[in-house]
Amino acid sequence: MFEYAPAPESRDVVDIKPSYGLFIGGEFADGTGTSLKTVNPASEEVLAEVAVASADDVDRAVRAAREAFGTWSAMPGSERAKYLFRIARIIQERSRELAVLETLDNGKPIRESRDVDLPLVAAHFFYYAGWADKLRHAGYGADPRPLGVAGQVIPWNFPLLMLAWKIAPALAAGNTVVLKPAETTPLTALLFAEICRQADLPPGVVNIVTGAGETGAALVNHPDVNKVAFTGSTEVGRLIARSVAGTGKKVTLELGGKAANIVFDDAALDQAVEGIVNGIFFNQGHVCCAGSRLLVQESIAEELLDALKRRLGTLRLGDPLDKNTDIGAINSAAQLAKIRELSDLGEAEGAERWSPVCPLPDKGFWFPPTIFTGVAQSHRIAREEVFGPVLSVLTFRTPAEAVEKANNTPFGLSAGVWTEKGSRILWMADRLRAGVVWANTFNKFDPTSPFGGYKESGYGREGGRHGLEAYLDV
Amino acid sequence: MSKAERPGGREPVRLAVRKTYKLYIGGAFPRSESGRSYAVTSSKGEFLANASKASRKDARDAVSAARKAFGGWSGATPYNRGQILYRVAEMLESRRAQFVAELTDAGTKKAGDVVDAAVDRLVWYAGWADKIAAVAGSTNPVAGPYFNVSSPEPTGVVAVVAPDEPLLGLVSVIAPVIVTGNTCVVIAGERAPLPAITLAEVLATSDLPGGVVNILTGSVKEIAPWLAAHMDVNAIDLTGVTDPDLAVACEEGAAENLKRVLRPAATAATDWSADPGTKRLTAFLETKTVWHPTGV
Repeated sequence: MFEYAPAPESRDVVDIKPSYGLFIGGEFADGTGTSLKTVNPASEEVLAEVAVASADDVDRAVRAAREAFGTWSAMPGSERAKYLFRIARIIQERSRELAVLETLDNGKPIRESRDVDLPLVAAHFFYYAGWADKLRHAGYGADPRPLGVAGQVIPWNFPLLMLAWKIAPALAAGNTVVLKPAETTPLTALLFAEICRQADLPPGVVNIVTGAGETGAALVNHPDVNKVAFTGSTEVGRLIARSVAGTGKKVTLELGGKAANIVFDDAALDQAVEGIVNGIFFNQGHVCCAGSRLLVQESIAEELLDALKRRLGTLRLGDPLDKNTDIGAINSAAQLAKIRELSDLGEAEGAERWSPVCPLPDKGFWFPPTIFTGVAQSHRIAREEVFGPVLSVLTFRTPAEAVEKANNTPFGLSAGVWTEKGSRILWMADRLRAGVVWANTFNKFDPTSPFGGYKESGYGREGGRHGLEAYLDV
Repeated sequence: MSKAERPGGREPVRLAVRKTYKLYIGGAFPRSESGRSYAVTSSKGEFLANASKASRKDARDAVSAARKAFGGWSGATPYNRGQILYRVAEMLESRRAQFVAELTDAGTKKAGDVVDAAVDRLVWYAGWADKIAAVAGSTNPVAGPYFNVSSPEPTGVVAVVAPDEPLLGLVSVIAPVIVTGNTCVVIAGERAPLPAITLAEVLATSDLPGGVVNILTGSVKEIAPWLAAHMDVNAIDLTGVTDPDLAVACEEGAAENLKRVLRPAATAATDWSADPGTKRLTAFLETKTVWHPTGV
């Protein structure tokens, strides 16, 4: 491995306030509840204190959104579009600031927040801005109507990107929103609130309430919320589905996954190795569609694993703000504990654990890239979502066996296929019960491309024309 | 009940051979494993037949039959599925008189028109088999060197609680589910289940593979919660659930494995003769997006 001099991105571009209130009706206001501290997971340094919205605060936010709904939904789509274009532009203008803040609060490498998250965030607003005045051409009837107030709860793995996936289509369709960012990553959402003000977005169209599970539950269960959109764990998704039963609220859920990344013996090996690394180690494996189960054809298993291990030896783990860093910090102590627990279980259940030599920083939450071989389908590391940089390796002999093993999971979010044979890709893609199939690539996202799961990975799609349906009364 | 059966005529009349109404599971017509039945009467209160009263075990058997049929049916070409649905329409048309009689017994007004509408509904959905992908799918112009396409795929096994509209309503909830490649377990309307079993005879003679449609008769309240909570059912259509508490219980049960739930708003009674649109088709479709790099 080459020695690189440290190349940290400057954090001077961001100005973090000591404390943040809630963004309701276009104003920042103190919450009536308690507060929480958000930390930099790479250093455990407290970044800011953030309000925990109480049920009353959530109610105020929903009322502000309801009040704004009339004007916003009645506004010509072309005008709504211009607000969204404005927001997209401001995101581009302030993208470095947002990227650094995202990395500080989340722990992901600046290379990813700068080169993946932020460009996609801006693109998402640009994309849905263009739909706002074209809804009648979207295939949902001559005059599709918005739903009303959308309650949106998002996770900590792609804080600003998930915000964009939720807010852009909701606003384009004419809804107003109350969004709750994750308790460990609230800062970019609060900066986004400031961007809404810079864009002169009418007050109440976007409201941001920070807090943890209770705040989220208050939002989801608020009687005046018409639409619930959630991205997060399947466990919480189930709770939400149960709690909205009988309310008539429209729900979309983007939940967990345990994607199979399937490598055939004719695959371009080096490309497949890059794809496997990108599949499971991108964003520290904090990706719902991560390729966490490697299914490799038996005849090339040894060769592939050797190459994969060599490649893992060159990954750089450390300061997320360093532009050369590949693997950043685990987002929270709780998540680190969960990854450790499942990894220890993997060993206890008989799988063989391997990590490259990888010194971990003294402070912060870190976990080395890890591979388990000799994994059986019944092992918990092959069945449960680890949501960390942990890859389970299984083998197969025939395409039919690969399909069988890939589909042997209650999840169905994504899958990967690596082979040089076109007909086999299409045959596999047909049979994989997953919402996204990446062939000879992995973890690619685009605002024009529908994303979402089968089975217990949830329902509804985000992105593309399909993503509008979630926010229209159709 | 035909006139010939009624006593009191001068001539000795031939006693009709009545039909036993059983369940329809996996292409066969078994009785309920529970051995139970319930008396079905006409709208005037006359006894018509003893229908099978399905148990939760029958429901489970039906789900496993539906799961077994899913691979073949979802893998059939849309053209083939369309042809089979059209064949169902042909078979239904050929039994028009029988359905008119059964619907009349069940109290349906203008039964002839209703049968005609049911046949036409099947023909309409048959045509969707090879067209829905063009309407619900897309190629996506992603910002990079990738081919990117989204296509609809069937959700899997769908539990259907049919409305109390013994033929047109029944056909209108089954056809959109199966034409796209799903398989289903249907609970027939409790009050007038006999046309559903006669429809099963139509399905059984229409080249529809066994298990694609399974029909249970009996108590909705008893069976629906089991189907709603069944972990190998992917979606549920609650159209025929009229008790709001039961509907909520079913929705809660469905949450366990994140079933797709279709629960039409209980605002007004559904007009089954109206243009159904594509909503019932898309409610039980997943969107699969496939990416591949372009390049030489």
